[in-house]
Amino acid sequence: MIQVRQITKRFGDHLVLDGVSFDVPAGESVAIVGRSGVGKSVLLKHLIGLVQPDEGQVLVGGENLGAMSERQLLRVRRRFGMLFQGGALLDSMTVAENIAFPLRGREAHDDASTQRRIAEVLELVELPGIEQKLPSQLSGGMQKRVALARAIVHRPEIVLYDEPTTGLDPVVADSIDQLMMRVCERLNVTSIVVTHDMRTARRLGRRILMMKAGRIYLDDTAEHVFMSLDPVVRRFVDGVADLKEVEFP
Amino acid sequence: MHGEGTGILTQLTLGLGRFSLMGAEVVRSLCTVRPSLRDIIAQMYFIGVKSQGVVAITGAFAGMVLCAQTYYQFERLTVGSASLAVVSAAMCSELGPVLAGLMVAGRVGAAITAQIGTMRVTEQIDALRTMATHPVDYLVVPRVVAGVLVMPMLTSMVVAIGIAAAYLLGVGLLGMDSAYSLKHAQFYSEPFDVFAGLVKSVFFGGIITAIGCYKGIHCRGGAEGVGRATNEAVVQSCVTILIVNFFLTLILRQFR
Repeated sequence: MIQVRQITKRFGDHLVLDGVSFDVPAGESVAIVGRSGVGKSVLLKHLIGLVQPDEGQVLVGGENLGAMSERQLLRVRRRFGMLFQGGALLDSMTVAENIAFPLRGREAHDDASTQRRIAEVLELVELPGIEQKLPSQLSGGMQKRVALARAIVHRPEIVLYDEPTTGLDPVVADSIDQLMMRVCERLNVTSIVVTHDMRTARRLGRRILMMKAGRIYLDDTAEHVFMSLDPVVRRFVDGVADLKEVEFP
Repeated sequence: MHGEGTGILTQLTLGLGRFSLMGAEVVRSLCTVRPSLRDIIAQMYFIGVKSQGVVAITGAFAGMVLCAQTYYQFERLTVGSASLAVVSAAMCSELGPVLAGLMVAGRVGAAITAQIGTMRVTEQIDALRTMATHPVDYLVVPRVVAGVLVMPMLTSMVVAIGIAAAYLLGVGLLGMDSAYSLKHAQFYSEPFDVFAGLVKSVFFGGIITAIGCYKGIHCRGGAEGVGRATNEAVVQSCVTILIVNFFLTLILRQFR
């Protein structure tokens, strides 16, 4: 479904992605892990065409995103749902208006069916009855759940998650993990999650891609990654710092 | 020094290029995508209705001070009753649209940039793109259309209130003759002056909203970046209004 071919991306002099390649077949759940600043979120944004590579190709269903204009990309993006790190809810709109947004312009959705879909997805994320609240009236965890509801309301084929549990307390992070697993199971979507939370990676990713210095360092099943004896992988999985590698600002 | 100069020139060229591309995208959107009437009306309310207070005060005091100052000079030549004609001609073609433009740039231009800039730095614009919505269709087109439709109304308001306030001041306090003042004002203010002012206001509405949206969409660097973009939007809108007003005056003169 998604094919990434030797993509390279620079921001100024900083090489963020350095010849990254991998495939994600339909229905698979992939976790992209790695330390902060290795290019995970930039890579995720390439998959939906928010960022274009300097070199290489990103193919979605065989279509090269790099060859498309912003307007042509809109058609491809209808296949996606994306949960942003900060939720990125439109703060001038109510919860219901936010969730209804991806349904705008879709002929199959009249007012009644839209309201029904909103209620359904709010039920799925266990936040029924908050349709008229504004994002500013919600906690961080609730905002993430509403953002998740918005990402799946139009039944996308692919859902991208950018650091879904960052900044949340362990209990709320666990609830987000469970909701994402529920979405994977019930909607049978292709899921790609960027995270540095190994618990999220283990639960959601049947396959784990580990990034280091802008490259894919390891691409293996979750079981193999967690049993790996490679010192770099081991330190990351166990959360142990090597002070020689850590750059303190 | 040479490098710095080149950098500024490059930035200016890049900025003009990006602004032109956004303008082209607005035209493409207007031709191919039906704009949301609800969004346009909401923006017309924000830009127009909410600006009435500041625009009315500006028009009234600009009209009165122009009338008083003209009267003090003209009275020495015993033509004080011609003061209202000066106010009327100036307000219709020059002061009305420029004052309305500058006040709206300060109030609306800043608000547009701050709102869109905040959306930019909090990834809300990226979220729009992932939801298959072009930011120009959703954020720029309704604001530009609303600005172009509303500015002539606000300009008419400035002109009418400015002339009315000048009349009340002149006749009520300065002792100008009412009948002569109105006669002179009618004689020296031509319909073309009103037309020229309204044409200018259409341009100013487009300039304020387009610069506000452009600065917001290309804003970078968190809260500090939003603040800087807002400041730049207001300054650049005001300067552009003054420059464009000069050239429009020369161009419109050819059609008189």
